[in-house]
Amino acid sequence: MRTVNVSEITEQIKEMCIEANHYLSEDMKNALSESEKQEKSPLGKQILCQLQENLKIASEDMIPICQDTGMAVIFLEIGQDVHLEGGPLEDAVNEGVRQGYKEGYLRKSVVRDPIERENTKDNTPAVIHYEIVAGDRIRITVAPKGFGSENMSRVFMLKPADGIEGVKEAVLTAVRDAGPNACPPMVVGVGIGGTFEKCALMSKKALTREVGRHSDIPYVKELEEELLTKINQLGIGPGGLGGTTTAFAVNINTYPTHIAGLPVAVNICCHVNRHAVREI
Amino acid sequence: MEKQITAPISKETARTLKAGDYVYITGTIYTARDAAHKRMKETLEKGMELPLDLKGQMIYYMGPSPAREGRPIGSAGPTTASRMDKYAPELLDLGLGGMIGKGKRSKAVIDAIVRNDAVYLAAVGGAGALLSKCIKSSEVIAYDDLGTEAIRRLEVENFPVIVVVDSEGNNLYETAIQAYRTEDTTLC
Repeated sequence: MRTVNVSEITEQIKEMCIEANHYLSEDMKNALSESEKQEKSPLGKQILCQLQENLKIASEDMIPICQDTGMAVIFLEIGQDVHLEGGPLEDAVNEGVRQGYKEGYLRKSVVRDPIERENTKDNTPAVIHYEIVAGDRIRITVAPKGFGSENMSRVFMLKPADGIEGVKEAVLTAVRDAGPNACPPMVVGVGIGGTFEKCALMSKKALTREVGRHSDIPYVKELEEELLTKINQLGIGPGGLGGTTTAFAVNINTYPTHIAGLPVAVNICCHVNRHAVREI
Repeated sequence: MEKQITAPISKETARTLKAGDYVYITGTIYTARDAAHKRMKETLEKGMELPLDLKGQMIYYMGPSPAREGRPIGSAGPTTASRMDKYAPELLDLGLGGMIGKGKRSKAVIDAIVRNDAVYLAAVGGAGALLSKCIKSSEVIAYDDLGTEAIRRLEVENFPVIVVVDSEGNNLYETAIQAYRTEDTTLC
Protein backbone atom coordinates (compact mmCIF):
# COMPACT_ATOMS: atom_id res chain seq x y z
CA MET A 1 0.00 0.00 0.00
CA ARG A 2 1.37 3.42 -0.98
CA THR A 3 -0.08 6.65 0.36
CA VAL A 4 -0.42 9.66 -1.95
CA ASN A 5 -1.67 13.07 -0.86
CA VAL A 6 -4.22 14.42 -3.32
CA SER A 7 -2.46 17.81 -3.26
CA GLU A 8 0.23 16.16 -5.37
CA ILE A 9 -2.41 15.34 -7.99
CA THR A 10 -3.63 18.98 -7.91
CA GLU A 11 -0.10 20.23 -8.58
CA GLN A 12 0.52 17.78 -11.43
CA ILE A 13 -2.81 18.54 -13.12
CA LYS A 14 -2.21 22.28 -12.88
CA GLU A 15 1.12 21.91 -14.68
CA MET A 16 -0.27 19.45 -17.21
CA CYS A 17 -3.15 21.77 -18.23
CA ILE A 18 -0.60 24.48 -19.01
CA GLU A 19 1.82 22.07 -20.70
CA ALA A 20 -0.79 20.42 -22.92
CA ASN A 21 -2.09 23.76 -24.16
CA HIS A 22 1.32 25.12 -25.15
CA TYR A 23 3.31 22.10 -26.35
CA LEU A 24 2.11 19.27 -28.56
CA SER A 25 3.54 15.79 -28.08
CA GLU A 26 6.42 14.71 -30.35
CA ASP A 27 4.24 12.29 -32.32
CA MET A 28 1.84 15.09 -33.29
CA LYS A 29 4.71 17.41 -34.25
CA ASN A 30 6.27 14.68 -36.39
CA ALA A 31 2.92 13.98 -38.03
CA LEU A 32 2.64 17.66 -38.99
CA SER A 33 6.12 17.94 -40.47
CA GLU A 34 5.84 14.61 -42.33
CA SER A 35 2.47 15.58 -43.80
CA GLU A 36 3.84 18.89 -45.03
CA LYS A 37 6.32 16.93 -47.18
CA GLN A 38 3.58 14.66 -48.58
CA GLU A 39 0.77 17.20 -49.12
CA LYS A 40 -0.11 17.71 -52.79
CA SER A 41 -2.10 20.95 -52.51
CA PRO A 42 0.06 24.10 -52.47
CA LEU A 43 -2.45 25.87 -50.16
CA GLY A 44 -2.58 22.75 -47.98
CA LYS A 45 1.20 22.76 -47.74
CA GLN A 46 1.15 26.44 -46.78
CA ILE A 47 -1.41 25.76 -44.02
CA LEU A 48 0.64 22.85 -42.65
CA CYS A 49 3.63 25.16 -42.61
CA GLN A 50 1.61 27.81 -40.71
CA LEU A 51 0.48 25.22 -38.19
CA GLN A 52 4.11 24.38 -37.45
CA GLU A 53 4.96 28.05 -37.13
CA ASN A 54 1.96 28.36 -34.80
CA LEU A 55 3.39 25.61 -32.56
CA LYS A 56 6.74 27.39 -32.47
CA ILE A 57 5.14 30.70 -31.45
CA ALA A 58 2.95 28.95 -28.87
CA SER A 59 5.88 27.36 -27.07
CA GLU A 60 8.31 30.28 -27.37
CA ASP A 61 5.91 33.07 -26.42
CA MET A 62 3.65 31.01 -24.15
CA ILE A 63 0.47 31.68 -26.16
CA PRO A 64 -1.96 28.73 -26.20
CA ILE A 65 -1.73 26.75 -29.45
CA CYS A 66 -5.46 27.30 -29.94
CA GLN A 67 -7.73 29.81 -28.21
CA ASP A 68 -10.12 26.96 -27.49
CA THR A 69 -8.12 25.53 -24.62
CA GLY A 70 -10.84 22.98 -24.21
CA MET A 71 -12.86 21.30 -21.56
CA ALA A 72 -10.36 19.42 -19.39
CA VAL A 73 -10.84 15.68 -19.94
CA ILE A 74 -8.84 13.74 -17.39
CA PHE A 75 -8.14 10.02 -17.26
CA LEU A 76 -6.99 8.71 -13.91
CA GLU A 77 -5.68 5.18 -13.77
CA ILE A 78 -5.31 4.49 -10.09
CA GLY A 79 -3.42 1.47 -8.81
CA GLN A 80 -5.52 -0.54 -6.37
CA ASP A 81 -2.65 -0.47 -3.87
CA VAL A 82 -2.74 3.32 -3.61
CA HIS A 83 -4.30 5.02 -0.63
CA LEU A 84 -5.32 8.64 -1.26
CA GLU A 85 -5.38 11.10 1.60
CA GLY A 86 -5.85 14.85 2.03
CA GLY A 87 -9.45 15.26 0.85
CA PRO A 88 -11.78 14.19 -1.94
CA LEU A 89 -9.97 13.27 -5.17
CA GLU A 90 -12.55 14.98 -7.38
CA ASP A 91 -12.02 18.29 -5.59
CA ALA A 92 -8.25 17.92 -5.95
CA VAL A 93 -8.55 17.32 -9.70
CA ASN A 94 -10.84 20.32 -10.20
CA GLU A 95 -8.54 22.49 -8.12
CA GLY A 96 -5.67 21.54 -10.44
CA VAL A 97 -7.76 22.52 -13.46
CA ARG A 98 -8.81 25.79 -11.78
CA GLN A 99 -5.21 26.77 -10.98
CA GLY A 100 -3.86 25.64 -14.36
CA TYR A 101 -6.42 27.58 -16.39
CA LYS A 102 -5.88 30.70 -14.28
CA GLU A 103 -2.09 30.68 -14.07
CA GLY A 104 -1.69 29.52 -17.66
CA TYR A 105 -3.87 32.29 -19.13
CA LEU A 106 -6.10 29.61 -20.64
CA ARG A 107 -9.61 30.31 -21.84
CA LYS A 108 -12.47 29.48 -19.53
CA SER A 109 -14.92 27.68 -21.77
CA VAL A 110 -17.18 25.78 -19.38
CA VAL A 111 -20.79 26.72 -18.62
CA ARG A 112 -22.45 25.55 -15.39
CA ASP A 113 -25.65 24.34 -17.02
CA PRO A 114 -26.08 23.21 -20.65
CA ILE A 115 -29.31 25.22 -21.05
CA GLU A 116 -28.81 28.23 -18.79
CA ARG A 117 -25.17 28.58 -19.97
CA GLU A 118 -23.53 30.70 -17.30
CA ASN A 119 -19.73 30.51 -17.51
CA THR A 120 -18.12 28.98 -14.40
CA LYS A 121 -15.17 31.34 -15.01
CA ASP A 122 -12.51 28.83 -13.96
CA ASN A 123 -13.03 26.07 -16.54
CA THR A 124 -14.24 23.61 -13.93
CA PRO A 125 -15.59 21.06 -13.60
CA ALA A 126 -13.37 18.72 -15.55
CA VAL A 127 -14.70 15.56 -17.13
CA ILE A 128 -12.97 12.84 -15.12
CA HIS A 129 -12.72 9.16 -16.03
CA TYR A 130 -11.50 6.88 -13.23
CA GLU A 131 -10.08 3.43 -13.76
CA ILE A 132 -8.85 1.12 -11.03
CA VAL A 133 -5.83 -0.85 -12.22
CA ALA A 134 -3.23 -3.20 -10.70
CA GLY A 135 -0.22 -1.78 -8.84
CA ASP A 136 0.55 1.22 -6.65
CA ARG A 137 1.00 3.99 -9.22
CA ILE A 138 -1.31 6.70 -10.53
CA ARG A 139 -1.24 7.49 -14.23
CA ILE A 140 -2.74 10.88 -15.11
CA THR A 141 -3.67 11.88 -18.66
CA VAL A 142 -4.82 15.45 -19.20
CA ALA A 143 -6.47 15.87 -22.61
CA PRO A 144 -8.07 19.32 -23.06
CA LYS A 145 -10.72 18.88 -25.75
CA GLY A 146 -11.78 21.64 -28.12
CA PHE A 147 -15.36 21.66 -29.29
CA GLY A 148 -14.95 22.49 -32.97
CA SER A 149 -14.13 18.84 -33.49
CA GLU A 150 -16.09 17.51 -30.50
CA ASN A 151 -19.29 18.84 -32.10
CA MET A 152 -18.60 16.73 -35.19
CA SER A 153 -18.26 13.45 -33.28
CA ARG A 154 -20.86 10.70 -33.60
CA VAL A 155 -22.19 7.46 -32.13
CA PHE A 156 -23.71 4.88 -34.49
CA MET A 157 -25.66 1.94 -33.07
CA LEU A 158 -25.11 -0.46 -35.97
CA LYS A 159 -26.58 -3.91 -36.36
CA PRO A 160 -24.37 -7.02 -36.25
CA ALA A 161 -25.25 -7.62 -39.92
CA ASP A 162 -23.67 -4.27 -40.84
CA GLY A 163 -20.29 -5.79 -40.01
CA ILE A 164 -16.93 -4.26 -40.83
CA GLU A 165 -18.26 -2.54 -43.96
CA GLY A 166 -20.83 -0.77 -41.79
CA VAL A 167 -18.06 0.37 -39.46
CA LYS A 168 -16.06 1.79 -42.36
CA GLU A 169 -19.09 3.61 -43.70
CA ALA A 170 -19.84 5.08 -40.25
CA VAL A 171 -16.30 6.42 -39.80
CA LEU A 172 -16.15 7.88 -43.31
CA THR A 173 -19.59 9.46 -42.90
CA ALA A 174 -18.52 11.15 -39.66
CA VAL A 175 -15.32 12.48 -41.20
CA ARG A 176 -16.98 13.59 -44.43
CA ASP A 177 -19.70 15.44 -42.49
CA ALA A 178 -17.11 17.03 -40.20
CA GLY A 179 -15.18 18.43 -43.18
CA PRO A 180 -13.67 21.84 -42.51
CA ASN A 181 -15.55 22.33 -39.22
CA ALA A 182 -13.31 19.96 -37.28
CA CYS A 183 -10.05 21.79 -38.15
CA PRO A 184 -8.38 19.10 -40.23
CA PRO A 185 -5.86 17.47 -40.35
CA MET A 186 -7.56 15.49 -37.62
CA VAL A 187 -6.96 12.46 -35.47
CA VAL A 188 -9.89 10.07 -35.54
CA GLY A 189 -10.60 8.07 -32.39
CA VAL A 190 -12.92 5.11 -32.88
CA GLY A 191 -14.55 2.81 -30.34
CA ILE A 192 -16.14 -0.40 -31.58
CA GLY A 193 -18.19 -2.67 -29.33
CA GLY A 194 -19.18 -2.51 -25.69
CA THR A 195 -22.33 -0.53 -24.97
CA PHE A 196 -23.50 2.95 -25.99
CA GLU A 197 -21.33 4.75 -23.40
CA LYS A 198 -18.43 2.27 -23.49
CA CYS A 199 -17.79 2.78 -27.20
CA ALA A 200 -17.91 6.57 -26.76
CA LEU A 201 -15.37 6.41 -23.95
CA MET A 202 -13.13 4.08 -25.98
CA SER A 203 -13.17 6.52 -28.89
CA LYS A 204 -12.14 9.35 -26.57
CA LYS A 205 -9.32 7.32 -25.06
CA ALA A 206 -8.17 6.25 -28.53
CA LEU A 207 -7.29 9.91 -29.22
CA THR A 208 -4.64 9.77 -26.50
CA ARG A 209 -2.79 6.95 -28.27
CA GLU A 210 0.42 8.02 -29.98
CA VAL A 211 0.05 8.81 -33.68
CA GLY A 212 1.70 6.00 -35.64
CA ARG A 213 1.15 3.33 -33.01
CA HIS A 214 -1.38 0.74 -34.09
CA SER A 215 -3.73 -1.68 -32.39
CA ASP A 216 -2.20 -5.02 -31.33
CA ILE A 217 -5.09 -6.85 -33.00
CA PRO A 218 -4.06 -7.62 -36.62
CA TYR A 219 -7.44 -6.96 -38.28
CA VAL A 220 -7.90 -3.73 -36.29
CA LYS A 221 -4.46 -2.51 -37.36
CA GLU A 222 -5.42 -3.21 -40.98
CA LEU A 223 -8.69 -1.37 -40.49
CA GLU A 224 -6.86 1.65 -39.03
CA GLU A 225 -4.57 1.76 -42.05
CA GLU A 226 -7.34 1.28 -44.60
CA LEU A 227 -9.53 3.96 -43.03
CA LEU A 228 -6.65 6.44 -42.88
CA THR A 229 -6.02 5.92 -46.59
CA LYS A 230 -9.70 6.31 -47.42
CA ILE A 231 -10.06 9.42 -45.26
CA ASN A 232 -7.12 11.02 -46.99
CA GLN A 233 -8.79 10.31 -50.33
CA LEU A 234 -11.82 12.40 -49.36
CA GLY A 235 -9.99 15.52 -50.52
CA ILE A 236 -10.91 17.61 -47.45
CA GLY A 237 -7.29 18.55 -46.73
CA PRO A 238 -5.69 21.01 -44.28
CA GLY A 239 -8.22 23.56 -43.06
CA GLY A 240 -10.82 21.81 -45.22
CA LEU A 241 -9.51 23.81 -48.17
CA GLY A 242 -8.65 20.78 -50.27
CA GLY A 243 -5.73 18.43 -50.13
CA THR A 244 -4.40 14.99 -49.41
CA THR A 245 -3.85 15.38 -45.66
CA THR A 246 -7.22 15.08 -43.92
CA ALA A 247 -6.17 12.88 -40.99
CA PHE A 248 -2.91 11.94 -39.31
CA ALA A 249 -4.20 8.75 -37.74
CA VAL A 250 -7.20 6.53 -37.11
CA ASN A 251 -6.92 4.94 -33.66
CA ILE A 252 -9.41 2.17 -32.93
CA ASN A 253 -10.18 0.51 -29.61
CA THR A 254 -12.49 -2.48 -29.36
CA TYR A 255 -14.38 -4.31 -26.61
CA PRO A 256 -16.68 -7.32 -26.42
CA THR A 257 -20.29 -6.48 -27.12
CA HIS A 258 -23.83 -7.91 -27.00
CA ILE A 259 -25.15 -10.52 -29.48
CA ALA A 260 -27.65 -7.94 -30.75
CA GLY A 261 -25.38 -4.92 -31.25
CA LEU A 262 -22.45 -3.26 -32.97
CA PRO A 263 -21.91 0.17 -31.37
CA VAL A 264 -19.43 2.45 -33.14
CA ALA A 265 -18.29 5.83 -31.79
CA VAL A 266 -16.21 8.30 -33.77
CA ASN A 267 -14.54 11.00 -31.70
CA ILE A 268 -12.82 13.52 -33.93
CA CYS A 269 -9.97 15.68 -32.73
CA CYS A 270 -8.45 18.58 -34.62
CA HIS A 271 -4.71 18.85 -35.32
CA VAL A 272 -4.31 20.28 -31.82
CA ASN A 273 -4.66 16.80 -30.30
CA ARG A 274 -3.47 17.64 -26.80
CA HIS A 275 -2.53 15.19 -24.12
CA ALA A 276 -0.04 15.32 -21.30
CA VAL A 277 0.73 12.09 -19.43
CA ARG A 278 2.46 11.67 -16.07
CA GLU A 279 2.79 8.90 -13.56
CA ILE A 280 3.13 9.37 -9.85
CA MET B 1 -4.48 35.31 -55.93
CA GLU B 2 -2.95 37.35 -53.08
CA LYS B 3 -4.76 40.57 -52.16
CA GLN B 4 -4.55 43.27 -49.51
CA ILE B 5 -7.72 44.87 -48.23
CA THR B 6 -8.66 47.29 -45.49
CA ALA B 7 -11.54 46.83 -43.06
CA PRO B 8 -14.30 48.01 -42.87
CA ILE B 9 -14.95 46.87 -46.41
CA SER B 10 -17.06 48.40 -49.18
CA LYS B 11 -19.39 46.36 -51.38
CA GLU B 12 -17.15 47.28 -54.33
CA THR B 13 -14.13 45.73 -52.60
CA ALA B 14 -16.14 42.69 -51.53
CA ARG B 15 -17.08 42.09 -55.16
CA THR B 16 -13.40 41.95 -56.16
CA LEU B 17 -12.75 39.05 -53.76
CA LYS B 18 -13.06 35.61 -55.32
CA ALA B 19 -13.30 32.19 -53.67
CA GLY B 20 -9.74 30.89 -53.27
CA ASP B 21 -8.08 34.33 -52.97
CA TYR B 22 -5.53 34.66 -50.18
CA VAL B 23 -6.28 37.97 -48.49
CA TYR B 24 -4.45 40.07 -45.91
CA ILE B 25 -6.73 42.35 -43.88
CA THR B 26 -5.54 45.57 -42.25
CA GLY B 27 -7.84 47.82 -40.25
CA THR B 28 -10.65 47.44 -37.75
CA ILE B 29 -12.70 44.27 -37.25
CA TYR B 30 -15.05 43.14 -34.47
CA THR B 31 -15.32 39.84 -32.62
CA ALA B 32 -18.60 38.15 -31.78
CA ARG B 33 -19.53 34.52 -31.26
CA ASP B 34 -22.48 32.51 -29.94
CA ALA B 35 -23.54 34.49 -26.87
CA ALA B 36 -22.96 37.94 -28.43
CA HIS B 37 -24.99 36.95 -31.49
CA LYS B 38 -27.82 35.74 -29.29
CA ARG B 39 -27.78 39.06 -27.46
CA MET B 40 -27.66 41.10 -30.69
CA LYS B 41 -30.66 39.14 -31.94
CA GLU B 42 -32.57 39.88 -28.72
CA THR B 43 -31.60 43.57 -28.99
CA LEU B 44 -33.00 43.74 -32.52
CA GLU B 45 -36.20 41.95 -31.46
CA LYS B 46 -36.74 44.60 -28.82
CA GLY B 47 -36.35 47.26 -31.50
CA MET B 48 -33.20 48.62 -29.87
CA GLU B 49 -29.90 49.65 -31.49
CA LEU B 50 -26.97 47.29 -31.80
CA PRO B 51 -23.75 48.27 -29.97
CA LEU B 52 -22.03 48.84 -33.33
CA ASP B 53 -23.04 50.10 -36.75
CA LEU B 54 -22.65 47.00 -38.91
CA LYS B 55 -22.28 48.82 -42.22
CA GLY B 56 -19.27 47.39 -44.02
CA GLN B 57 -17.90 45.86 -40.84
CA MET B 58 -16.31 42.45 -40.56
CA ILE B 59 -17.22 40.16 -37.72
CA TYR B 60 -14.56 37.69 -36.63
CA TYR B 61 -16.06 34.61 -34.97
CA MET B 62 -13.54 34.36 -32.19
CA GLY B 63 -13.29 34.20 -28.41
CA PRO B 64 -9.68 34.78 -27.32
CA SER B 65 -7.76 33.24 -24.45
CA PRO B 66 -6.76 35.84 -21.80
CA ALA B 67 -3.90 38.21 -22.68
CA ARG B 68 -0.67 38.02 -20.70
CA GLU B 69 0.55 41.33 -19.25
CA GLY B 70 1.72 43.76 -21.91
CA ARG B 71 0.09 41.91 -24.79
CA PRO B 72 -3.06 42.99 -26.66
CA ILE B 73 -4.66 39.55 -26.73
CA GLY B 74 -4.11 35.84 -26.08
CA SER B 75 -4.54 33.04 -28.58
CA ALA B 76 -7.03 34.23 -31.20
CA GLY B 77 -8.04 31.75 -33.90
CA PRO B 78 -11.46 31.34 -35.55
CA THR B 79 -14.36 29.32 -34.19
CA THR B 80 -16.86 27.27 -36.21
CA ALA B 81 -19.02 29.67 -38.22
CA SER B 82 -22.06 27.43 -38.69
CA ARG B 83 -23.15 28.08 -35.11
CA MET B 84 -23.79 31.68 -36.16
CA ASP B 85 -25.78 30.69 -39.28
CA LYS B 86 -29.04 31.28 -37.47
CA TYR B 87 -28.13 34.94 -36.92
CA ALA B 88 -25.93 35.87 -39.91
CA PRO B 89 -28.54 36.52 -42.65
CA GLU B 90 -30.25 39.24 -40.60
CA LEU B 91 -26.92 40.93 -39.81
CA LEU B 92 -25.89 40.77 -43.47
CA ASP B 93 -29.18 42.41 -44.44
CA LEU B 94 -28.35 45.16 -41.94
CA GLY B 95 -25.11 45.89 -43.77
CA LEU B 96 -22.53 43.51 -42.32
CA GLY B 97 -19.74 43.42 -44.90
CA GLY B 98 -18.00 40.17 -44.09
CA MET B 99 -17.49 37.32 -41.69
CA ILE B 100 -14.30 35.55 -40.67
CA GLY B 101 -14.50 32.06 -39.23
CA LYS B 102 -13.96 28.46 -40.19
CA GLY B 103 -16.19 25.74 -41.55
CA LYS B 104 -19.29 25.41 -43.68
CA ARG B 105 -22.18 27.91 -43.97
CA SER B 106 -25.84 27.25 -44.60
CA LYS B 107 -27.60 28.00 -47.86
CA ALA B 108 -29.48 30.84 -46.15
CA VAL B 109 -26.16 32.50 -45.22
CA ILE B 110 -24.70 32.01 -48.70
CA ASP B 111 -27.86 33.51 -50.23
CA ALA B 112 -27.57 36.51 -47.89
CA ILE B 113 -23.89 36.93 -48.84
CA VAL B 114 -24.86 37.06 -52.53
CA ARG B 115 -27.87 39.33 -51.90
CA ASN B 116 -25.72 41.85 -50.01
CA ASP B 117 -22.39 41.67 -51.89
CA ALA B 118 -20.64 40.40 -48.78
CA VAL B 119 -17.95 37.79 -48.24
CA TYR B 120 -17.15 34.83 -45.95
CA LEU B 121 -13.49 34.36 -45.16
CA ALA B 122 -11.74 31.52 -43.37
CA ALA B 123 -8.81 31.93 -41.05
CA VAL B 124 -6.76 28.81 -40.30
CA GLY B 125 -8.45 26.97 -37.44
CA GLY B 126 -6.13 26.05 -34.60
CA ALA B 127 -3.52 28.65 -35.48
CA GLY B 128 -4.49 30.99 -32.64
CA ALA B 129 -0.96 31.81 -31.52
CA LEU B 130 0.16 32.73 -35.04
CA LEU B 131 -2.96 34.79 -35.77
CA SER B 132 -2.63 36.69 -32.48
CA LYS B 133 0.56 38.24 -33.82
CA CYS B 134 -1.49 40.15 -36.43
CA ILE B 135 -3.74 41.72 -33.76
CA LYS B 136 -2.28 45.01 -32.60
CA SER B 137 -4.97 46.09 -30.15
CA SER B 138 -8.14 44.76 -28.61
CA GLU B 139 -10.85 46.58 -26.72
CA VAL B 140 -14.14 45.26 -25.35
CA ILE B 141 -16.91 47.52 -26.70
CA ALA B 142 -20.01 45.62 -25.55
CA TYR B 143 -21.27 42.75 -23.42
CA ASP B 144 -18.25 42.75 -21.11
CA ASP B 145 -20.05 40.31 -18.81
CA LEU B 146 -19.77 37.63 -21.49
CA GLY B 147 -16.02 37.34 -20.87
CA THR B 148 -14.33 35.72 -23.86
CA GLU B 149 -17.64 36.05 -25.76
CA ALA B 150 -17.82 39.86 -25.41
CA ILE B 151 -17.75 42.04 -28.54
CA ARG B 152 -14.22 43.32 -29.09
CA ARG B 153 -12.87 45.92 -31.50
CA LEU B 154 -9.59 44.66 -32.97
CA GLU B 155 -6.99 46.56 -34.91
CA VAL B 156 -5.34 44.07 -37.25
CA GLU B 157 -2.38 44.20 -39.60
CA ASN B 158 -1.98 41.80 -42.50
CA PHE B 159 -4.39 39.34 -40.92
CA PRO B 160 -4.31 36.27 -43.24
CA VAL B 161 -7.57 34.77 -44.49
CA ILE B 162 -8.83 32.80 -47.48
CA VAL B 163 -12.01 33.67 -49.37
CA VAL B 164 -14.39 30.71 -49.01
CA VAL B 165 -17.75 32.15 -50.14
CA ASP B 166 -17.58 35.12 -52.48
CA SER B 167 -20.26 37.62 -53.50
CA GLU B 168 -21.26 35.39 -56.41
CA GLY B 169 -21.88 32.46 -54.11
CA ASN B 170 -18.84 30.40 -55.16
CA ASN B 171 -17.86 28.06 -52.34
CA LEU B 172 -14.21 27.04 -52.01
CA TYR B 173 -14.98 24.22 -49.56
CA GLU B 174 -16.90 22.46 -52.33
CA THR B 175 -14.64 23.16 -55.28
CA ALA B 176 -11.27 22.59 -53.55
CA ILE B 177 -12.35 19.28 -52.06
CA GLN B 178 -13.42 17.99 -55.49
CA ALA B 179 -9.98 18.80 -56.85
CA TYR B 180 -8.24 16.43 -54.41
CA ARG B 181 -10.93 13.81 -54.00
CA THR B 182 -9.80 10.37 -55.10
CA GLU B 183 -12.05 8.20 -52.95
CA ASP B 184 -13.82 5.16 -54.26
CA THR B 185 -17.39 6.43 -54.05
CA THR B 186 -18.85 2.98 -54.51
CA LEU B 187 -18.19 2.23 -50.83
CA CYS B 188 -20.64 4.70 -49.36
